[in-house]
Amino acid sequence: MSALEKSPETAGRAPLMTLGGVSQVFHTKAGPIRAVDNINLSVNPGEVLCLVGESGSGKTTAARMAAGLARPSSGEVAFEGTDIWALKRDDFTNFRRSVQYVHQDPYASLNPTRTIQQTITAPLLKHGVVKSKKAAAERAVELLTKVDLTPAENYLSKYPHQLSGGQRQRVAVARALTLDPKLIIADESTSMLDVSIRISVLAMLGRLRDDLGVGFLFITHDLAIAKYFGWHGKTAVMYLGRIVEFGPTPKIINAPTHPYTRALIDAIPEPDPDLTKTKGRESLRSLEIPSLAHLPSGCTFHPRCPLFEDGLCDGAVPELVTIRSGQSAACHVVARDGVAALDDEARSDEPRA
Amino acid sequence: MITVTTTSSSTRAKRGGEGKPLLSIRDFKVEYRTGSGATVQAVRGVDLDLFPGESVALVGESGCGKTTLGLGLLRLLPRLGHASGQVTFNRGDGTEIDILGLDGRDLRQFRWRDAAMVFQGAMNAFNPVLKIRAHMHDTMRAHTKFTKQEIEDRAGELLRLVRLEPSRVMDSYPHELSGGMRQRVLIAMSLLLEPEVLILDEPTTALDILTQRSVVDVLHEVRERLGFSMIFISHDLSLAAELADRVATMYAGRIIETGGVRDMFYRPRHPYTLGLIKAVPPIVGDLPDMESIPGGPPSLAALPPGCTFNPRCKYATEECKEEDPPLLPITDEPGDAHEAACIHWKDVHLQREVPSDLGNAS
Repeated sequence: MSALEKSPETAGRAPLMTLGGVSQVFHTKAGPIRAVDNINLSVNPGEVLCLVGESGSGKTTAARMAAGLARPSSGEVAFEGTDIWALKRDDFTNFRRSVQYVHQDPYASLNPTRTIQQTITAPLLKHGVVKSKKAAAERAVELLTKVDLTPAENYLSKYPHQLSGGQRQRVAVARALTLDPKLIIADESTSMLDVSIRISVLAMLGRLRDDLGVGFLFITHDLAIAKYFGWHGKTAVMYLGRIVEFGPTPKIINAPTHPYTRALIDAIPEPDPDLTKTKGRESLRSLEIPSLAHLPSGCTFHPRCPLFEDGLCDGAVPELVTIRSGQSAACHVVARDGVAALDDEARSDEPRA
Repeated sequence: MITVTTTSSSTRAKRGGEGKPLLSIRDFKVEYRTGSGATVQAVRGVDLDLFPGESVALVGESGCGKTTLGLGLLRLLPRLGHASGQVTFNRGDGTEIDILGLDGRDLRQFRWRDAAMVFQGAMNAFNPVLKIRAHMHDTMRAHTKFTKQEIEDRAGELLRLVRLEPSRVMDSYPHELSGGMRQRVLIAMSLLLEPEVLILDEPTTALDILTQRSVVDVLHEVRERLGFSMIFISHDLSLAAELADRVATMYAGRIIETGGVRDMFYRPRHPYTLGLIKAVPPIVGDLPDMESIPGGPPSLAALPPGCTFNPRCKYATEECKEEDPPLLPITDEPGDAHEAACIHWKDVHLQREVPSDLGNAS
């Protein structure tokens, strides 16, 4: 059972990127740590796949494997149908060009000793996309305009420290666009920006998605941002290295089925004083996130889960199964009782026996 | 044995009857020296009253002076910062103290006892080589004559109040605790001496959603039990909506709009507050129509003439470039203490769509 098989649209189009049964195990003194455990995901061209979850849920590890920056311990990372780790050297270089990564911290991801022009033209010259420095500079202007840094000429000779956080992040995006990528992996790319700037950077990324048909693997801990950017795409919710819920973004946000997703969405304060004070909130049984080195038995969410049932949840690891059309969740209780039972029981004030 | 709840709620109740602000800030300014005689004004004349039991949120983008204001109120500014103006703290017994005039012993007494601060980034607020127990004991010994056992009891009581298990936390080093636990320990510590004012600087920033929720819930709870007043600084408007009674928006070192939380969120009258609200995506309902504020906050060293927001404001006219408008009461609805510093406030309206289909995905 995989999230991939569950999405009907994937059947028609060839997915750009597929993670098939991918795991990443880190060997540490405390024993093996399964940072990512058997996940299945796919991104189509021009589609957004949001990966959400708390810190330590394995979002970034999954993204690093998708970008070819880390080799999975098991499972296959395929780009346009081919396993990237079976590619020949030249093809691997092509893959690297097609998949670009935009990091979280624009203060750390730009070289402070390079001007914006040098930063943007470096990949162009390195990969031989342009013939001359002059052509490279022209291309740089074009790219800066695309990310709304206008007039672009003013920015070319500047250094990163002369720019604000939002401007730097735009430069990082422009650099990612230099090699006409088919997939952009955005790892918490807007979380360090001020609220006022965040929306404009997201709108700019949205235009790239729509106009250039770039696919996005969009990683965020902020479900409101996932909602805004990935509304027409899909969302996968990760918890302790596994995908616990997967489906179209509107369903995940407005009708979540997994207790963890529900807890996440309930926990978010609303920018509306009446709504945020009246919003129903279930309390979790425990605030502590278990350590990846000592995962709880069965469903890893069971020590915190409000729907916990003794004997059921701490036994076997739940599979990701379809709960309703297009939406799957890995939860024993929801899989057994269905959505109707969940809505009645979980939202009432009566605690479960 | 000390009983926190009874002592504090009774004194707070007495004070509430006087109707005087607990903390009264008038024309508060902070200047930073930036080398060779040059200065930058980070806070440019703030007037703010904090009433007993009230929770005021300071919101705004980074670099608008929120943290500087918070630090200045507790006289915690770095050496290059200089605060001026009038900050009066009204102790329950009728004495008023001028915070900017405090020195040495009196200043130490004011801090922690009258007002305490919870800093952003809980890791840096602790001494990494001291256990939580040592932090608690040091603080109490510096300010009170409590015995060891009394300190132990008091610390345990407060830790339980923030939903931590004292036996586990007291013997831990800061690095052994998770981010949310550290933040809660910090809240417990700031309450050791029952301060009447708590200043929280971005209390939940950099915490995970569920952890953030637990800290917010703890804050709701302790405030209900202990009845202190708080000023909390946040760039997160949703948090202000949840925790504040009153909201003050800061821009370029000034408060440009202030009012009750419902007034501010449903009827903002300054284009900047409106812009901030429109830039925060809500989680419930359909895909909202979002809008960002163009540009970024101005450099404090080179403020634009007139209203400092005018280069980014879509309501701006020529008139806006002439004078920085003062913060004036808005009289469209009687009875509310809503003030805005904008000459076009009558034209500023928030169109808010009420999310109708909760739980029904399209």
